[in-house]
Amino acid sequence: MPPTPESQNKQSLPIAENVTRRAIVKGGFATLGASAFVAAVSPLRNATQYTSPAAFLQQHYTELSAEDKVDVIARLEAETKENYGADVQIADDRPIPGTKFVYAINLSVCNGNGKCVEACHRENNHDRSTNQSYIRVIEMPQGTMDLEQGSTTYSGTVPKDGKFYLPVQCQQCDAPPCVNACPVKATWKEEDGIVVVDYNWCIGCRYCEAACPYHARRFNWKKPEIPADEINPDQSYLSNRVRPVGVVEKCTFCLHRTRRGKLPACLEACPTGARVFGNILDKNSNIRWILENKRVYILKEELGTKPAFFYYFQ
Amino acid sequence: MRFTHIFVLLTVCTLLSTITLMNSNNGDTEMQFATLNSELEATPGQPSNPTPLSAEASPAKFAIEIHQPDGPPMIELKVPDSDTAEAKIACSTCHSLREPDFSNKSDVALDQFHQGLKVSHGQLACYACHNPQDMGALRGADGSRIEFRNVISLCSQCHGKIAEAFAHGAHGGMNGFWDLSRGPQLKNNCIDCHAPHAPRYPKMIVGFKPHDRFLDLKDEHATHP
Ligand code: HEC
Ligand code: HEC
Ligand code: HEC
Ligand code: HEC
Repeated sequence: MPPTPESQNKQSLPIAENVTRRAIVKGGFATLGASAFVAAVSPLRNATQYTSPAAFLQQHYTELSAEDKVDVIARLEAETKENYGADVQIADDRPIPGTKFVYAINLSVCNGNGKCVEACHRENNHDRSTNQSYIRVIEMPQGTMDLEQGSTTYSGTVPKDGKFYLPVQCQQCDAPPCVNACPVKATWKEEDGIVVVDYNWCIGCRYCEAACPYHARRFNWKKPEIPADEINPDQSYLSNRVRPVGVVEKCTFCLHRTRRGKLPACLEACPTGARVFGNILDKNSNIRWILENKRVYILKEELGTKPAFFYYFQ
Repeated sequence: MRFTHIFVLLTVCTLLSTITLMNSNNGDTEMQFATLNSELEATPGQPSNPTPLSAEASPAKFAIEIHQPDGPPMIELKVPDSDTAEAKIACSTCHSLREPDFSNKSDVALDQFHQGLKVSHGQLACYACHNPQDMGALRGADGSRIEFRNVISLCSQCHGKIAEAFAHGAHGGMNGFWDLSRGPQLKNNCIDCHAPHAPRYPKMIVGFKPHDRFLDLKDEHATHP
């Protein structure tokens, strides 16, 4: 794209004008100069051509006042209408006090059918052409838990003899390496345990993607394509609103549902009943019973990431 | 081994009795629901009365509803030379006139009626589940009568571990709300997923697959297109 004054303007705006954002580019990176840094680490920095100046002037989500949020959300809804022809409602769902979400999967029952992968795709307004989804199901040879021995390319009839199936998505770690890797604090962990991304703050450097040992983060290589009538209009700012190109996204435990008391879409879609979700702080929750009565496993425990995602056998 | 098992320190067995009872509903719908509590009555070692909620949990205003069959199965009979008159008759129509034949233990023995019925459920005989006194009901291990609507009680007496897991949401799945102060939760019946005569869960075909460049894990960190 030939640099027009306008587009240059768009690119440099947040760097020049937004002190907060510059201030949090820390350590060695800062010496590079924040503007050069963003340019150097954003593989799709030209993607800014799709972003309105208003988007670039936006404050970091956590610093927005209530009125700011109303404006930002109104703008995002209007943009979705303009770009996708869909009327959507973007809510600002906040954590429910006294809630810490935990997920568990019964590996004796999961048969790898992939309905969860598809439900995530639809619920979260993923790009149709790539069948993007926050979930990958790994077909594993029985007798090992080494993820690298598994494959996600299986097809046909399941379950296959000698295999078991391991669905992997964001583990909402209590010590999340992805959060620490972000040079601009565009991703953080909220009180209910959900690790979120401010898609309007993300610079697309993909450090978080590389830092995640579970391959749970996705990068938007292109503007998501979704027919208007397939867009899920029930959206949340930090969750399933249509993401701009050039940013990283991830599973949010469907916070636009779960923070309204509902179960995540992947769980509801599971025909085998393998998925269990709930509030670990509630003594009477299903999830608490599982942790107290089943042998539960976590993935890559040796890395010390402290996942809020458990696996068990019945 | 990438998995390491976590030591579960808490051993208190929390009981699922926090669910409020809801009125079992109208018989005019195809589906009926039971409360979880009525299932627990059938699970050995579980109390049948709800205990009060713990102080920290928000009050459960909604129930956990379990899908139930609306009554005994019926036999559909096709009346010859008529396309309208299709009759559904109750099991007892014939069986109240027949002495139970305890030698009919497997589908192989059926040569007069019910041909084509396939039963492969361990080595169970028909009357391990069906009630010889009344074909309109099932039969418990102690000879007690179990209504078809309460079929979960039947399954639970031989599959206690699974039934306990089911009662705690750890088997059989659910829909609706995790937070019962905001909305109800719906659960499938055992027989929605497991046909009683051939309970093995069916095989499935994988439909949906993401087409990313990185489908194989080993290449997942490969660079962009
Ligand atoms: C039209 C009459 C008829 C109806 C209706 C009928 N049965 Fe039967 N049933 C029979 C006959 C005849 C046999 C004996 C079959 C044989 O020995 O080949 C039988 C056998 C059985 C047996 C094997 C045990 C035994 O005593 O022979 C079971 C169990 C059974 N029926 C269950 C049912 C159930 C449950 C229903 C209702 C869904 C039902 N039947 C409805 C006629 C009927
Ligand atoms: C594991 C317990 C179990 C065993 C063993 C069993 N049944 Fe059943 N059977 C059931 C249940 C439960 C239903 C009701 C299913 C429903 O509501 O959909 C049923 C339904 C039926 C029906 C009516 C519906 C249909 O599938 O046609 C017939 C007939 C029947 N059984 C016959 C038999 C015969 C004959 C045998 C032995 C060869 C047998 N059953 C063994 C549990 C059992
Ligand atoms: C009288 C005891 C008894 C009752 C009642 C009973 N089962 Fe079973 N079930 C068994 C036995 C025995 C097996 C075989 C176990 C084995 O092969 O290891 C079995 C196996 C199963 C399996 C595994 C099947 C497979 O091939 O993997 C399922 C699922 C199952 N039962 C579900 C049910 C359901 C649902 C009900 C209620 C409709 C029920 N059972 C009632 C005794 C029972
Ligand atoms: C949402 C569907 C669903 C419901 C509801 C459900 N199950 Fe299952 N069940 C499964 C699946 C899937 C498996 C794993 C089958 C396999 O091994 O391929 C399974 C496995 C089983 C097994 C075999 C366990 C083993 O270790 O081999 C039994 C027994 C069983 N279920 C009993 C029950 C009973 C009893 C209920 C009701 C209290 C129930 N199930 C409700 C889906 C369900």
